[in-house]
Amino acid sequence: MILLSNPIPWDYMVKRICGLNGGLAGADTMARDTDTQRTGGGTIDPSTLPGEFVTLAGDTKLDLNSGAQLGPINVAYTTHGTLNTNKSNAILICHALTGDQFFCGTHPLTGRPGWWDTMVGPGKPLDTDRYFLICPNILGGCMGTTGPSEVNPSTDKPWGLEFPVITVGDMVNVQKLLVDYLGISQLFLVIGGSMGGMQVLDWAARYPERVFSAMPIATALRTSAQNIAHHEVGRQAVMADPDWCAGRYQEEGKRPHRGLAVARMGAHITYLSESALTRKFGRSLQSRDRVTYGFEADFQVESYLRHQGITFVDRFDANSYLYITRAMDYFDMVEEHGGIATDIFDSTSVRFGIISFTSDWMFPTVENREIVKVLNGVGANVSFVEIETDQGHDSFLMDIADYHRVVRGFLGGTAELLGAAGP
Amino acid sequence: MSIENGTAGGADLDKEPQIHIRVDHQLIADLVPSGARVLDVGCGDGALLYHLSHFKGADARGIEVNRTRVAACLNQGLSVIQGDAEIELKDYPSGSFDCVVLSQTIQAVRDPKGTLETLLRIGNHAVVSITNEGYWRNRLQFALGGRMPFRENLGENWYNTPNIHPCTIRDFVALTKNMSIAIEKCFAVRASGTYREVDPWSAAANLFAVQMVFMLGSIPAEAR
Repeated sequence: MILLSNPIPWDYMVKRICGLNGGLAGADTMARDTDTQRTGGGTIDPSTLPGEFVTLAGDTKLDLNSGAQLGPINVAYTTHGTLNTNKSNAILICHALTGDQFFCGTHPLTGRPGWWDTMVGPGKPLDTDRYFLICPNILGGCMGTTGPSEVNPSTDKPWGLEFPVITVGDMVNVQKLLVDYLGISQLFLVIGGSMGGMQVLDWAARYPERVFSAMPIATALRTSAQNIAHHEVGRQAVMADPDWCAGRYQEEGKRPHRGLAVARMGAHITYLSESALTRKFGRSLQSRDRVTYGFEADFQVESYLRHQGITFVDRFDANSYLYITRAMDYFDMVEEHGGIATDIFDSTSVRFGIISFTSDWMFPTVENREIVKVLNGVGANVSFVEIETDQGHDSFLMDIADYHRVVRGFLGGTAELLGAAGP
Repeated sequence: MSIENGTAGGADLDKEPQIHIRVDHQLIADLVPSGARVLDVGCGDGALLYHLSHFKGADARGIEVNRTRVAACLNQGLSVIQGDAEIELKDYPSGSFDCVVLSQTIQAVRDPKGTLETLLRIGNHAVVSITNEGYWRNRLQFALGGRMPFRENLGENWYNTPNIHPCTIRDFVALTKNMSIAIEKCFAVRASGTYREVDPWSAAANLFAVQMVFMLGSIPAEAR
């Protein structure tokens, strides 16, 4: 496989990093627990999930950026609220790398609140009493939308690495098929953070007539070298796990828990901030008075990260992780427009609201400001604010009063522009 | 665009909505044509923007450096960018706005001359209001008290005032002449809140006005 030329002795490396017991402490126990619940060592069975399902691109296959074609494509999505009679209150929520369509209410797999439950609901900034919210699982995902863990109809086997490499643009094209299917000619708002924000920018750039307003949060016009580097570490961790089986783990009845957990641990650090880690954990020890002079999780921060890794593998597919991080790596709107950034949103009529967070080092304010700069250059209607918080990139998921007020205010101001015809 | 001498908050404002608005804001709002594209530089908590967009039908945008004030603007649904005007303004294309407003901010920027040039590049007109350091009380304070003029009510002293480039009306008018900027209209605002249209070089205005509001035309290409 192209992605795995020259493998290095990862098994040894991972053992050294994670402890002495041949892998991530606790991961083995977890793996046994989950495998008893699921037969065949496969991934999530979408047919058991709540929400809506639709098959699109059945007659005409979707042209992917890579040149490949894909179809039919299953799309799993959830909606909350009610679409009004003139269909002017629809909001498309674009989820991030490891998010899914369960943004609101209780997540069916984790039993915990959905990833944007603090933002969405009656009386909340994305008010389900006023707006009709749609959130599809992205192309390449593992929660019911077509992705590498689904069965390839032409072989009757899981796609694995036979799945075509996808881009953020491809994800947006699938979302557009869904919006067409739902009969919505113009979305009141497209909103999302991180990779969700990239989808928002792509929507606004390529389908401006379908978007009245856009809120890209904690995102960028292109993925930075640092973020590509972090992604590569994560992918190498997955591919170094012998249970990954060159991507054919489903057929082999295995799952690369350890590799995916390490990938998640590394990525999770990039979602936080130095000051938040210090505030939450400092150098506090985990259930002990002194260090053990060994490689157990002495420190609370280690224990926390291991927990993040272990719980993640329960709800996410390793190959999806590879494909989606790759899609992010390829995201570069400037390059897509021949290096001329002002062409991206030329004469756009979309109203933009951009938000960044002071402690976000994954998509720092300077990268969000780049979007503002490009939009100012074409005289677009754009608002921008940097929210002060120490919670890092994950701030976009957090219940931060200033942040939520700004989203609420932006939506209110946007609705006023539409007047009686609006939501 | 006609404007008469008047008093902010006076009887002739009855036809306007019943809201409290700063006197220079009222003047600026009267100078801006209905439905105009306006940029308010240093828009603070958005009072002028709100007025312009809700009662003048303007496509009003703002720039403000203070994060809390930007959030306050966005909470009202206004279109505002958090940023340093002297940096952000450079990104806007020429002639993006019918009118660019700089309200009591010119004295606080690092480069007032460059800022004026930028304002009149991106806007066909600029409305600039200044605090008049030539006001008679300031002169007395300096001449008799031997102290720099300061505004105790704002807690401002020479060492902590944001106004790093204080000027009198005459200083400002001299700069516009130097830059070949046409002063289309100007209004002297007195401490009582009354205002009147005056000659830019009026000695009385320079002595008795606390503030001056200028409507500026574009800089001729040959003067740039």
